[in-house]
Amino acid sequence: MPTRPTEILTGAQITVRLIERQGVQTLAGIPGGAILPIYDALSQSAQIRHVLARHEQGAGFIAQGMARATGMPAVCLASSGPGATNLLTAIADAKLDSVPLVAITGQVPRSMIGTDAFQEVDTYGLSIPITKHNYLVNSAEELLEVIPNAFRLAASGRPGPVLIDIPKDVQNEAIEVGAWPQPGNADEKLAPEAALISRAAALINQAERPILYLGGGVVHSGAAEAVVALAEKGGLPTVMTLMALGAMPVDHPLSLGMLGMHGARCTNLALDECDLLIAVGARFDDRATGKVAAFCAHAKIMHIDIDPSELDKIKTAHLGIAGDVNAVLRMLLPEIEPQLRVRWLSRVVCLKAEHPLRTPGIDDPRTHYGLIRAVADCLDDEACIVTDVGQHQMWVAQAYPLRRARQWLTSGGLGTMGFGLPAAIGAALAEPQRTVVCFTGDGSILMNVQEFVTAAEENVNVKIVLMNNASLGLVTQQQTMFYGGRIYASKFNAVPDFIRIAEGFGLRTVNLDDEDDPFAALGAALRSRGPMLIHASIEPHEKVLPMVPPGAANSEMIGG
Amino acid sequence: MNTALWTEDKALTRAVLELDVNNHAGVMSHVVGMFSRRAYNVEGILCMPVGSGATSRIWLLVNEEARLGQMQKQLEKLEDVLAVRRHEADHQVFERLEEFFR
Repeated sequence: MPTRPTEILTGAQITVRLIERQGVQTLAGIPGGAILPIYDALSQSAQIRHVLARHEQGAGFIAQGMARATGMPAVCLASSGPGATNLLTAIADAKLDSVPLVAITGQVPRSMIGTDAFQEVDTYGLSIPITKHNYLVNSAEELLEVIPNAFRLAASGRPGPVLIDIPKDVQNEAIEVGAWPQPGNADEKLAPEAALISRAAALINQAERPILYLGGGVVHSGAAEAVVALAEKGGLPTVMTLMALGAMPVDHPLSLGMLGMHGARCTNLALDECDLLIAVGARFDDRATGKVAAFCAHAKIMHIDIDPSELDKIKTAHLGIAGDVNAVLRMLLPEIEPQLRVRWLSRVVCLKAEHPLRTPGIDDPRTHYGLIRAVADCLDDEACIVTDVGQHQMWVAQAYPLRRARQWLTSGGLGTMGFGLPAAIGAALAEPQRTVVCFTGDGSILMNVQEFVTAAEENVNVKIVLMNNASLGLVTQQQTMFYGGRIYASKFNAVPDFIRIAEGFGLRTVNLDDEDDPFAALGAALRSRGPMLIHASIEPHEKVLPMVPPGAANSEMIGG
Repeated sequence: MNTALWTEDKALTRAVLELDVNNHAGVMSHVVGMFSRRAYNVEGILCMPVGSGATSRIWLLVNEEARLGQMQKQLEKLEDVLAVRRHEADHQVFERLEEFFR
């Protein structure tokens, strides 16, 4: 005798119900033939709001924006074939930056798989190397296991994207459902070995010139408070990767800001002198380390990461601790001896004074640094700062006073132009109370420009600050510096009228070039609600400096 | 070392990985893809279902390289890989299989 009433539901209805049970309120996607049963079921959901993107990559990045802003898995939907292939860039981006994403794609019916059917592509095969895990679902029954598992995997350990490919006949298959599975949540985090904690504390206590090196894992594990406490107690100068910006306020006295290719000279020089590098949730990316053999060459390496495969991957660690960063730091903290480290900290102060980050024009809002500073001056730390990829991204990373974990959303590992606008829309959907600023360039914005209309339709509070230099600036910069000045295919001879484009898509606009008082116009724009394009021309010859030439050691910086 | 016998030489340069995996379409792709996308050649592969067939065992014969430890850690991260064990090259499974290649 059944103990609870059963329902007859289709695979599509089960899918929607399971997503609802995960607590999802908003998801993004584009429908198409092979996912129509799920869309039909979605139309009956009172809980879920579907945001219609205008390109599947936009849907993927809208979901990423939601996930990056909140830390919770977010969902994107696409149909089979081109719908699925258009999602791939956003999925790969999520993999490299460890963003919890659940991508659901429709697939042709099982009987047609392998026949080169219309809009058939091997989504499962294509997504293997860019997902944490993926599924090709074989029956409606399987969905009851697969969907909660996908959410669990996306959020567990080192977060990442999970793809679920659901054939259309599985979406239409009706089965009897009695009991529902528990929603999938992140697994319990394994406690690190106590003996390793004591060894780590001893290394830190005995070091003379330690540096704390923070990566994106600090943000993912919610360890921002713990790292600041550790740095303050142990007297540890702290550097951050692009992904960790915001974990420690950049104006904290112990902060040395961003390290690596476009970090300040003082930051990279201090790393050169350290005798202990404490890597926390960082993966020794080549943009951070420069030539690896020369990176912190005289230092012992301590590496704390939730992913055991990161330990010893690039640099052999003298002490590797596999575990949740926040848990490890909280165990470590009581064993750290309070230290003033007068000699080392005064050396760092001296390096900062001698080799600071140079930001010419920062008081003039008509320059690139000045525009970034002016935006910051109009906002508080509650604002969310999103970027696209290129020179503007590096300038914002250098000059924006980021002070809050998850304040900063940027495509780090994959470096995807086109990330900014849809990710900003996602962040604004997830946290509508915030002002979301998307810094972008004239190259990047065109790569997902269609999402202007999604921003208008959803009336999200996104302010797009377009820094227009009519070129692919980082390419021009490298051609100028390393390819004999042969500028090729990186200057745009035809430049669109971005103001008219944005207005055509339904956005309000302001062109700072035409304003007598750009600061006042910027302030008024940022204080208004709703989506808006803020256009500003910048000098095409400006470079991101200093710069470590590709393949060189971080001590061999050019400029700045 | 210049007097090393062939078998000793082989023992120094080859390793055998033994994987317990879930048995469904796609698992082999996950496993071999991990090697192919890192340009790490797999010299030999053997796979058979175990017990009821819910799981399989995969044997991989690979060259012993410095990054083999990293490969093992990456394999352990795969959701469908339940366990990874590393053996020396003189493991019998491939030696006995050699009969079929004569």
